[in-house]
Amino acid sequence: MVGRDGGGDPMTHQRLGAAPAVPSIEIDGVSFSYPDGTQALRGVDLRIEAGEAVAIVGQNGSGKSTLVRHLNGLLRPTVGRVLLGGDDIRTVHVAALAGLVGLAFQNPDRQLFAGRVAAEVAFGPRNLGLRGADLDERVRAALADLGLDGETATNPWDLGYSRRKLLSLASVLAMRAPILVLDEPTTGQDARGVARVRGVVARAVAEGRTVIAVSHDMRFVAESFRRVVVMREGRVVLDGAPEAAFAEPAWGELRAANLEPPLPALAGARLGLGATPTEAEFVAGVAGAAGVTRK
Amino acid sequence: MSPGLQLVGASYRYAGSSRPALSDVGLTVLPGRVVGVVGANESGKTTLCLVASGLAPVAIGGRLDGSVRVDGVETAGLAPHRLAQLCGMLFQNSLTQLSGATATVFEEVAFGPANLGLPVAEVVDRVRWALGLVGIDALALRDPARLSGGQGQLVALASVLALRPRYLILDEPTSELDPAGARSVADVLSRVAAETGAGILLVEHKLEILAGIADEVVVLEGGKVALADEAATVLADPRLAGLGVEPPAGVRLERAVVGAGIEWSAAMAAAIR
Repeated sequence: MVGRDGGGDPMTHQRLGAAPAVPSIEIDGVSFSYPDGTQALRGVDLRIEAGEAVAIVGQNGSGKSTLVRHLNGLLRPTVGRVLLGGDDIRTVHVAALAGLVGLAFQNPDRQLFAGRVAAEVAFGPRNLGLRGADLDERVRAALADLGLDGETATNPWDLGYSRRKLLSLASVLAMRAPILVLDEPTTGQDARGVARVRGVVARAVAEGRTVIAVSHDMRFVAESFRRVVVMREGRVVLDGAPEAAFAEPAWGELRAANLEPPLPALAGARLGLGATPTEAEFVAGVAGAAGVTRK
Repeated sequence: MSPGLQLVGASYRYAGSSRPALSDVGLTVLPGRVVGVVGANESGKTTLCLVASGLAPVAIGGRLDGSVRVDGVETAGLAPHRLAQLCGMLFQNSLTQLSGATATVFEEVAFGPANLGLPVAEVVDRVRWALGLVGIDALALRDPARLSGGQGQLVALASVLALRPRYLILDEPTSELDPAGARSVADVLSRVAAETGAGILLVEHKLEILAGIADEVVVLEGGKVALADEAATVLADPRLAGLGVEPPAGVRLERAVVGAGIEWSAAMAAAIR
């Protein structure tokens, strides 16, 4: 457990003072079993380059959350290695990992603990050594990104579930980690909440950071990510751009993983429009087929 | 006695809060019927669940005005164990639901019925029935604390079903589920309503799910009922988006096509079915 005073060790400050470069991620033959014997990962190989936007999808219990918990050292592989920028994360100090990989849990209530919204968001960057105006600015920006700027003095438990979830995202965003890992960020969100999450992903990608999200929301996946990794029973069974991952030849594999391609992909294939995983691509497809030029 | 879970002019304030979270809400869930509830974040959906289940104010305090009746009986005066048999509530967060006191999923699902003092054979029957219905027999011997988010949600649902309440109040029961899992829970709820005659109040963000199983849909805004009608009518209502509710995927696709100045053809309509 990281100390609350945030004094930290000088090594950490030195490594994290300047914005660190975005490291690549290499998951090398990783298998993982929980103490009760459940084998959650069975030989996963995955390389994620700096700046990629990757969605991890798959059926319940397929190992998605287990996999992403390996990225910040919360879980250590039973077999295999996880490399960040070429370094085995076993050799990277937990505090340094926290500065490199920001992980927002599926369940915000596993994450929240402070008495006020602003204090909740300030906790992470304070532990990175930020103080005063710099810290205030981090907190302000993260809360504004998620539409919580009016709630700085609110007790997190007075927010509804959906906004507690956005708050847990804000507290991870405030770390400005080069790698952002979001576990089911859109669950429980209304249209506006989903739009905020999409904004967070788009901005992080535009800044050159790596974003990895676990999601069951295929529309969010198709619209916000450039790569889709499908997991089933602890293995990666499909890995490609949304156009390929949601294209007709992949439907069998998707359905075996309890997934459905998004409606625009289904409808586009039925109309012979090719791969149209998003609404915009579907509209472009029908416009092309009808010989209509869109304004 | 009039059958049904009925809210009449129900307003509710959380303890210590100066404004009501629910204002003058009226709705009825008849036995065997499914009433869907949608609305933007913080529109009062979870509060409605707490009030309809009697947990607010019976368990969590606060102030209720108006009336909440289960088959004609005011819930406010009922003892918690009576309430639990009448109205079963599934919380949005499955961590809130699970007891944390059991070592296996089987025991977790048995926890509620056992606490009602039912004979052991009856408890075992109910657990087997609920696990089978939800399709998680294979998880029976797993540790509830070591399940994935979606598996935990299914266990929480089974534990409420095992109480065999007359009315089920479900706060986003499919939020953590994969698409096939969400559809299968929708099928389970339809069957429970049809076969056991339970009335179901269902908060659900995925309108595709409601389109398949809800008889009526209520839209909340700022703690008040903004729209209420038969499901098909509400789900096609153009005011939904303005109320912060994402229309179903097919409706959105049609609007995007029409919005681009392209005619929505019969072939396109067939392709989204």
